[in-house]
Amino acid sequence: MAGRLLAMIVKELWAILRDPRARMILIVPPLMQFFVLGFATTMEVKNTAIGIYDRDGGAWSIEIAQRIGGSPNVARVIPLHSEAAIRRAIDRQQVIGVLSFGPEFSGDVAAGRPAEIQGLFDGRKSNAAQIVAGYMSEIAKGVGAEVSVQTASSQSVVTHWFNPNLQYLWFTMPGLVVIITTITGLGLTSQAVARERELGSFDQLMVSPLRVPEILIGKVVPPMLVGFFNASIYILLISTLFGVPLTGSVPFFYLSLLLYLLALAGVGMLVSSLSQTQQQAFLGMFLVAVPAILLSGYASPVENMPVWLQWVTQADPTKHFLVVSEGVFLKDMPIPDLWANTWPLALIALVTLGTSAVLFRARME
Amino acid sequence: MTDPAATAELDAVTRRFGKGGTPALDNVTLQIRPGRMSGLVGPDGAGKTTLIRLLAGLLDPDAGAVTVFGHRATATDRARIGYMPQRFGLYEDLTVIENLRLYAELRGLPDSARAGRFAELLRFTDLTRFQGRFAGKLSGGMKQKLGLACALVETPDLLLLDEPGVGVDPVSRRELWAMVQQLTGEGIAVLWSTAYLDEAEKCDEVFLLNEGRLIHAGPPAELTREVTGRTFRLLAEGRGRRRLLTRMMDRDDIRDATIQGASLRLLTAAGAAPPDDTQAVPPRFEDAFVDRLGGGPKGTSALAESYRTIPDTGVAAIEAKGLTKRFGDFTAARDIGFTIPRGEIFGLLGPNGAGKSTTFKMLCGLLTPTEGQGHVAGHDLRHARAAARQSLGYMAQKFSLYGDLSVRQNLNFFAGAYGLTGAARRARIAQLTEVFHLGPYLRQNAGGLPLGFRQRLSLACAVMHEPPVLFLDEPTSGVDPIVRREFWSHINGLVQKGVTVLVTTHFMEEAEYCDRILVIYRAEQIALGTPDELKADAAAHTGRADPTLEDAFIALIEAHDAEAEAAA
Repeated sequence: MAGRLLAMIVKELWAILRDPRARMILIVPPLMQFFVLGFATTMEVKNTAIGIYDRDGGAWSIEIAQRIGGSPNVARVIPLHSEAAIRRAIDRQQVIGVLSFGPEFSGDVAAGRPAEIQGLFDGRKSNAAQIVAGYMSEIAKGVGAEVSVQTASSQSVVTHWFNPNLQYLWFTMPGLVVIITTITGLGLTSQAVARERELGSFDQLMVSPLRVPEILIGKVVPPMLVGFFNASIYILLISTLFGVPLTGSVPFFYLSLLLYLLALAGVGMLVSSLSQTQQQAFLGMFLVAVPAILLSGYASPVENMPVWLQWVTQADPTKHFLVVSEGVFLKDMPIPDLWANTWPLALIALVTLGTSAVLFRARME
Repeated sequence: MTDPAATAELDAVTRRFGKGGTPALDNVTLQIRPGRMSGLVGPDGAGKTTLIRLLAGLLDPDAGAVTVFGHRATATDRARIGYMPQRFGLYEDLTVIENLRLYAELRGLPDSARAGRFAELLRFTDLTRFQGRFAGKLSGGMKQKLGLACALVETPDLLLLDEPGVGVDPVSRRELWAMVQQLTGEGIAVLWSTAYLDEAEKCDEVFLLNEGRLIHAGPPAELTREVTGRTFRLLAEGRGRRRLLTRMMDRDDIRDATIQGASLRLLTAAGAAPPDDTQAVPPRFEDAFVDRLGGGPKGTSALAESYRTIPDTGVAAIEAKGLTKRFGDFTAARDIGFTIPRGEIFGLLGPNGAGKSTTFKMLCGLLTPTEGQGHVAGHDLRHARAAARQSLGYMAQKFSLYGDLSVRQNLNFFAGAYGLTGAARRARIAQLTEVFHLGPYLRQNAGGLPLGFRQRLSLACAVMHEPPVLFLDEPTSGVDPIVRREFWSHINGLVQKGVTVLVTTHFMEEAEYCDRILVIYRAEQIALGTPDELKADAAAHTGRADPTLEDAFIALIEAHDAEAEAAA
């Protein structure tokens, strides 16, 4: 049993590592993706124009307008003089948002009363607008005022925990580890069986005394080792080169990573068992990877999805691991919270690996 | 020296792939003439496909000149060339007639000419009944016929056929051959490439290639004449013939020895006296080829000598009882039953799709039978699958080891897969490396090995755990006759040690090595007997004296068809 399993693992490792080109493909493109995506998917908003409708004209409103003008994120401050002008400026996209000071503003600030600034933002650029609104709040806080974003009823107050300076690398890097691990993990495992089928060595494998679990474990272990290796490099780079704080429990991150890689391997093996050729496996991999990433919350928050879709995301291992990764990096997430997002990974791994074993047996014929 | 009568010619052509490697074609000169069937014969890797691709203008030679219709091959009028590559580009999701239409379109055949030409081609290939069927659903033989029809959409002046007979059963192969021969009557120059040496004999002209070199160009009889008077048949009774074969192969005055049913076929060295108790037989093309290659290998198998003796437990090595396999409402094999005692070579013969692979796969555990039972070395395939697998060695038709792994890694893996560890594994691998002379290749990728060594490696991996039963699926298709003889000398030796062999084959030379043969046709077993019994049967049926095993096979199938028709 142990000897057979070992032989299988060693063979699979060689199959992945022997070809110098394959070796390169395992390490270099993920690293390139890592750097390119890391710098390209910026969430920072620069070169924006902000309108100011100042009915106050007092010291504090001018102070804020000047601070906004001095911010590196804002290119121009455009003074506006009527509600109609505000509407026009936003309509024509001259400004991404407008801050409107009421006549009492400076007086309120001076008297220590709660002072509010009305913020109007371009809802067509919801993402950028939210970010700019965040910047504005930070500036307003400097003088003890608040920006109340104009929405239907609520007067929400935005504060940024865990990433007070809204550094986009802090946002993207912990997510990127997850995404790249997902792609390499799925890519490798989805080829595992399909490649044998195409080579013609599948029958040879099936007539040997190797049992289905031995074959599956043998095929799952090498991609997982590669996943561990790559993820470790990323963690090292992210916390040193990119300076993203690694606040949480690293051992727990690895436990979670282990379960996540198992879940991925299960999904990959499912794709592989269903595919007749490597090409089918490759396309099948994308069929799975794209929704997994889109539903993970990496690109758009899960909370913004319809309720039924939120339920669907529970089955997406990427979603859970993303929470863990961000939690460990930025939030110093406590172990119980990490566990809450880790045990679903174990469950998903169990289901996908179990199904692929059944399918593998069934598809033998 | 341009020959005006030649349709195409190669003048001192050399072509290499990659730097420094041995050339795929080495200084080859030949002429292809109109109205003749030219055979391009040689084992896999001899350079046949390269030569055909040069003629089709798909490759440039490194040296020498390729001329077709008086122009350089790459610049000639390609509309006059019909080319059927090994895997013809049929569109499996189109019907027969749609494939024809597509190729007519590609060839620019005018609309007015199509209906007539299609009808003619369909009649010619006997596909009229199937014109609405998807190409993917045709049998191997029918696919090749359709490929041929597509290549003939516009009557070419030069027809290049790259191994049209591969994967096609003897019946379809004969039909295809007859079709192409008819074309030569119309003045077309045909080049038919093949690894089957018996096909070479029927050509008007043969170009025999081996490792890129042209060994012979001319009528096949010219080559065969070289061994006239040196071929004999030695009658050997029963099992003794295997030991006799080993002895004969080891003798210096015998160039080549093969098993032909119950007798041996011998080729003596030039000038040697005929062996005792033999009768002279007419020489064959293969005899001459083997002679040119320096004679067959020695008969003593180092593998067999080091192999354990399989104890005789009194239990049948392989047993099939009422094996039936259905896929949906299609029955691939029905009620197949036989028993193979220890130390026998048992052959499964049948046209493509007849159910022989299904039977084979059920017995080695790749398919679960719908009904019936199979036992290997006494282990039930249903309930003791792992034990059954541990007692069988398997060798697939296609090279199915790991081409990207080195020879050593392959050996290590299969040793481990069969439960050999530590010192036992190292010892066994060292032994096999020595037996098969794999030493210099251990670090090389298995995929890049010369064909003969790949063959050896496959066998080495299959016998790693000294199994009592061997499953061989067309083990020597495409290899040169020397490699085939070497392979069978090992099998021959193993059988004497009590190993039992189940083999499927299309090669009649392979079938001749069998003790008994089961013919499967249309999912049923239609005949079971020794090669000689089957031949005698066919002789009685057809009235032909001394039929070959292929004749016998075809006669059996025709007789079965006639019976089925009479019953209907």
